Amino acid sequence: MKRRVVVTGMGVFTQTGKNVEEFYDNLLNGVSGISRIERFDPSELSVQIAGEIKNYEAESYFERNEAKRLDRFTQYALIAAESAIKDSLLDLDTINRDKFAVITASGIGGMETWQSNHKILLEKGPRRVSPLFIPMMISDIAAGRISMKWNLKGPNFSVTSACASSGHAIGTAFRTIQYGDADYAICGGAEAVITDLAIAGFTNMKALSSRNDDPVHASRPFDKDRDGFVMGEGSGMLILEDYEHAVKRGARIYAELAGIGFSGDAKDIVAPDPEGDGAKRAMLAAVADAGIKPEDIDHINTHGTATPTGDYAETFGIKKAFGEHSYKIAINSTKSMTGHLLGAAGAVELIGTIKAVQTDTVHPTVNLDNPDLPVCDLDYTPHKFAKRTVRYAISNTFGFGGHNASILVKKFEG
Amino acid sequence: MSVEQRVKEIIMDELGVEEAAVVPGASFINDLGADSLATVELVMKFEDEFDIKIEEEDAEKITTVGSAIEFIKKQLGE
Repeated sequence: MKRRVVVTGMGVFTQTGKNVEEFYDNLLNGVSGISRIERFDPSELSVQIAGEIKNYEAESYFERNEAKRLDRFTQYALIAAESAIKDSLLDLDTINRDKFAVITASGIGGMETWQSNHKILLEKGPRRVSPLFIPMMISDIAAGRISMKWNLKGPNFSVTSACASSGHAIGTAFRTIQYGDADYAICGGAEAVITDLAIAGFTNMKALSSRNDDPVHASRPFDKDRDGFVMGEGSGMLILEDYEHAVKRGARIYAELAGIGFSGDAKDIVAPDPEGDGAKRAMLAAVADAGIKPEDIDHINTHGTATPTGDYAETFGIKKAFGEHSYKIAINSTKSMTGHLLGAAGAVELIGTIKAVQTDTVHPTVNLDNPDLPVCDLDYTPHKFAKRTVRYAISNTFGFGGHNASILVKKFEG
Repeated sequence: MSVEQRVKEIIMDELGVEEAAVVPGASFINDLGADSLATVELVMKFEDEFDIKIEEEDAEKITTVGSAIEFIKKQLGE
């Protein structure tokens, strides 16, 4: 028998907000976290903007010797994880830590570590490559580090499916609790690839917006003048808990996770299925998993990257899945403000979705001045947030490789 | 700066320990909180600082502050 799974803690670390309250306030108010890159001189690059976390000092969060053994993505993961654990008010000393899973995600892993060690290899030779290169760079190390920091000994691993990674991590954590392999899980994603090499790679794929002169208006999901996504970075982490355990300890419950849907496009290495078939099947699988009807969905937090093809495909997918009901769904894109956090996107956007379900307030899609008609004719919540009852909501994430994950959130009603 | 002092500075910087703990008998792993990867990094720093090459079989014997100082001094012909 499947168990119910609830969300009892959330932590986020992005330029748009360094805690859940600040994050959601900024989303409701349409505050963009996009600006010119300052961490390195981007002037050689044709794309010079990102959702970069400004003024970040690792030593504000970690001992110096700890920080130098952690790639930036793992630092972000640990910061968000600590927030989520604190937010859950779980007393780790009184629970069975063997039943505490850690399932994280990163689309890429320790890119900065990879680049700095490759530079050492070329300049100083193989004997100078750090013995910490591998354990800092591998994308699963965030899960390992979280388990070590809080002595969490349940199922422990990381998921990689490009920009769908944290959707798959959270969905897998949900199943892990449903079937009793764990009673608690910390799950989510972290990404930190605002580097010259990564930006160059994404730029040459024609994936990124090059609106360098106007960063806050660069991420324009569903707008006819959209020209690609804006790179973001950071982490989102959630505490999932078996319903019975949560109720027994009197936990504050944000929402219930009610279903997941995973699918594959089997089409193209980077482009989504232009018909949105994979997206449709993921969303409908989540609806079926939750045991509800498509017409029950009130809100969809889209993958909504602002690439020309991606926004079309997702819109087609929504229309195919929900038919006429599509026009009654409050739809938005968090990426219009955060940029695209790649392997962390699913987690931070699920936090936004959960807040929508909890507060009956759907944050806006900013920069949607001229919807790309006739295709993009749904209610994408342009410019201003919307007050409306949200009982069931879906958060979508799709990744290069044709990986699709939809997570279905249900209002907690006891 | 003497060889002893330079070795101590590297150890303090790499392992994040106070000077008072960096005594000749202190073991990197047992007393100064290093793991096996940190000891590899230490040896790399010694090589860079003193412009010497430490072969793997020698590196394995450098387990304490004193053994590091002694080995490096010998390499430098002191």
